[in-house]
Amino acid sequence: MAATVRYAEVEAGGQLPLLTVLVTREQLVRYAGASGDFNPIHWNERFAREVGLPNVIAHGMFTMASAIRAVTDWVGDPGAVLEYKARFTNPVVVPDDGRGAELQVSGKVAAKLDDEARTVRVDLTVTSAGQKVLGVTRAVVRLA
Amino acid sequence: MPLDPSYIGRTYPPTPPYEVGREKIREFAEAVGDANPAYTLAEAAGEFGHSEVPAPPTFPFAISYRAAAQVIEDPELGLDFSRVVHGDQRFSYTRPVRAGDRLSVTVLIEDIKEAGGNDLLSLRGDVYDAEGGHVVTTTMTLVARATEEV
Repeated sequence: MAATVRYAEVEAGGQLPLLTVLVTREQLVRYAGASGDFNPIHWNERFAREVGLPNVIAHGMFTMASAIRAVTDWVGDPGAVLEYKARFTNPVVVPDDGRGAELQVSGKVAAKLDDEARTVRVDLTVTSAGQKVLGVTRAVVRLA
Repeated sequence: MPLDPSYIGRTYPPTPPYEVGREKIREFAEAVGDANPAYTLAEAAGEFGHSEVPAPPTFPFAISYRAAAQVIEDPELGLDFSRVVHGDQRFSYTRPVRAGDRLSVTVLIEDIKEAGGNDLLSLRGDVYDAEGGHVVTTTMTLVARATEEV
């Protein structure tokens, strides 16, 4: 895993490799346990429907964790991420149909920020079932 | 009843240290489906200059959210948690969280405002290690949705 991305070789507008993430009920149960967020809307279909949701939905933080993989897979070092933010705009609905949901994450280098610090801003677009699920999803990343 | 904006600027005492375990990082990385070997293998982490395995970038949320419970459950503030959804989330890192860290969080109410009948509560968590060094600041906006009557 010596893959490093060099600041000098990156252009504003450059695309990151596309990332597709499958989200299953099992994944959400695992995430609930690992994160300590046991809100039943993320695993209990009856409860989710009772509070007006179409079905069980993914944790927003699970989606945010999945999206930053487009960046960390690209640069290799998770410590290269200096800033990361997202807005939770639409829920990711995860049906119990043997397939679950699919997240599509695309990213581009929006700007080269600082030649000395070798930092770039990466803008991410995250969709599920053709709908944007995160808004204003941005990371500042230090390159090699 | 809307949240009282005079709470803006209020800080809560630092939380007792949370000790970050290697196996907790592995469990979290597996839960988010992230196979980056830096999270599980010391040698892979070492190639990037980390003395211990780092945690995935969103891992600190779990720690800061526990700390935010002080505010969320503060009876004086009176937030109706049954109406709360997560609006947005920011992380600003000095360094990644690493196995062995003992982290303490100081929570600050950064902003309270009303928009379209919804209460917006912005909480900043400054996360420090045992030596007092800054690790990461996490900022979350919680949205308490308007009640039906509004």
